[in-house]
Amino acid sequence: MNFLERTLEGFLNAMEHALSAEALAKAPGLLQRIDPRVKVAGILTLIVAAAAAHRLWVIAAVFGIALLLGVASRVSPLLLAKRVWIPVLLFTGVIVLPAPLVVPGRAIARLPGLGWPLSAQGLASAEYLVARVMTAATLSVLMIVSTPWTRVMKALRVLRVPMVVVVILGMAYRYIFLLLESSRDMLESRRSRMVGALKGSDQRRIAAASAGVLIAKTLQLSGDVYSAMLARGFAGEVAMLEDFHAAARDWLALAGFASVAAAAFYFGL
Amino acid sequence: MNFEFPILNPTASVFQVREVTFRYHQVTALDGLSLSVRPGTRVALMGANGSGKSTLLRLLDGLAFPESGAIDFCGEPLTEERLQNSQFAHSFRRRVGLVFQNPDIQLFCPTVFDEVAFGPLQLHWPKEKVRAAVENMLEVMRVAHLRDRSPHHLSTGEKKRVTLASVLVLDPEVLLLDEPTAALDPRSASQMIDFLIGLHGGPKTVITTTHDLDIVEDVADECFVFQSGRVVASGTPMEILSQAPLLERTNLIHAHRHIHSTGETHSHPHLHGHKH
Repeated sequence: MNFLERTLEGFLNAMEHALSAEALAKAPGLLQRIDPRVKVAGILTLIVAAAAAHRLWVIAAVFGIALLLGVASRVSPLLLAKRVWIPVLLFTGVIVLPAPLVVPGRAIARLPGLGWPLSAQGLASAEYLVARVMTAATLSVLMIVSTPWTRVMKALRVLRVPMVVVVILGMAYRYIFLLLESSRDMLESRRSRMVGALKGSDQRRIAAASAGVLIAKTLQLSGDVYSAMLARGFAGEVAMLEDFHAAARDWLALAGFASVAAAAFYFGL
Repeated sequence: MNFEFPILNPTASVFQVREVTFRYHQVTALDGLSLSVRPGTRVALMGANGSGKSTLLRLLDGLAFPESGAIDFCGEPLTEERLQNSQFAHSFRRRVGLVFQNPDIQLFCPTVFDEVAFGPLQLHWPKEKVRAAVENMLEVMRVAHLRDRSPHHLSTGEKKRVTLASVLVLDPEVLLLDEPTAALDPRSASQMIDFLIGLHGGPKTVITTTHDLDIVEDVADECFVFQSGRVVASGTPMEILSQAPLLERTNLIHAHRHIHSTGETHSHPHLHGHKH
């Protein structure tokens, strides 16, 4: 598969992920029924609690609760494994790999062949980092897949994120798909006129040229969108209608998040 | 103090365009163009691609300004300096709405509901009034079932209905429509035309750009034919459509090969008509 085909596949995967996330956000699960503001505040609190905990069993308990929330929200463990656990193990694992060798402490083993000592403290710090990242990433993904992205952005207002930032995020989300489609069309038209394999230098040249064309289209589009905003009264200040309505179950969920976070802080610090 | 445009009598102009010239870098889009539009009329700006129709709409909506000449709206000069006055701009944007040809330009909000609510929110309507107006307009345009949908999930016809809803929610007195039936399938185009026919005889002034001669009689009471940035003819749809040499000269019709029922094949400039 040449780079054009790999890039096209990447674009299509990105669009497919977005569509499947939107479908999952509409499923009749536990988290899907909770007010997005409660989810944002509650899950953020759990992430902070897991990150601050100094006991591995507390982090593991929060992770366990995240797994239960996932199951109750119809989020498949396979999806969590593909999107969270495997990437975390690969990337964070690589980062923490030297820790047992460089962190000073009581040696519990030695590397075969080289004889370098592996410290207990180094292993512990590696475990804590991987556990915290795994838990935080799992909670974050659960929040995102159980909530339409447009409502996640609006819910950020509960964290006092400025309105203009939320509006910019919303527009960026809207136009990412348009630009993805445009990029896909460009590459498909290129592929339809290609015969044989491309040299590496040609591939890089095509990639650079395509990026340049896309930037030019984006600049043109942004100017046109600005005109469209002006035409409907935009005068520099943004306004947004928030249509959240908290019900009894949302307050119950908030109490649940707060209780778990409080326990994690109490036992973890 | 809020700015209020004067109430026009029917013989005055809602738009008066005088000797307007506009260039995109080296390219002259409008070349000393003049026309006037009376209130309550439906006007079609006809011309081939690149004749200046869309450019004029942008000037009429105060999104661009002429290098020379002048445009008046309800007797008031429409200039960049005046539109920087918030009261003037508020009043103007409330009364004039533009629907762009490319709906993706106009659909910049994350959901359909947000899109229709954008205009009223920008004009500082109370939130409850915004909610009620948006819900009503979604029902009127038959897109209520799309309220939480993102624009990239809409078909072209649905996008066009949403862009129209996002402008009509403000109930503007003047509607500027850039190629409203472009890229629509026959059914969607027919629904759009039905909507434009429904505006006939009403208080709104509607200015539509098109090069589709099949819809002109349905959507307009008066036509202006554009060529190279100038108005080369004006009149009723019947008067314009009966001038085949004019239509051919301005690239609105062309000669194409066709087969008659007798089996004879030839080509000549002509306009397809229909009888009921």
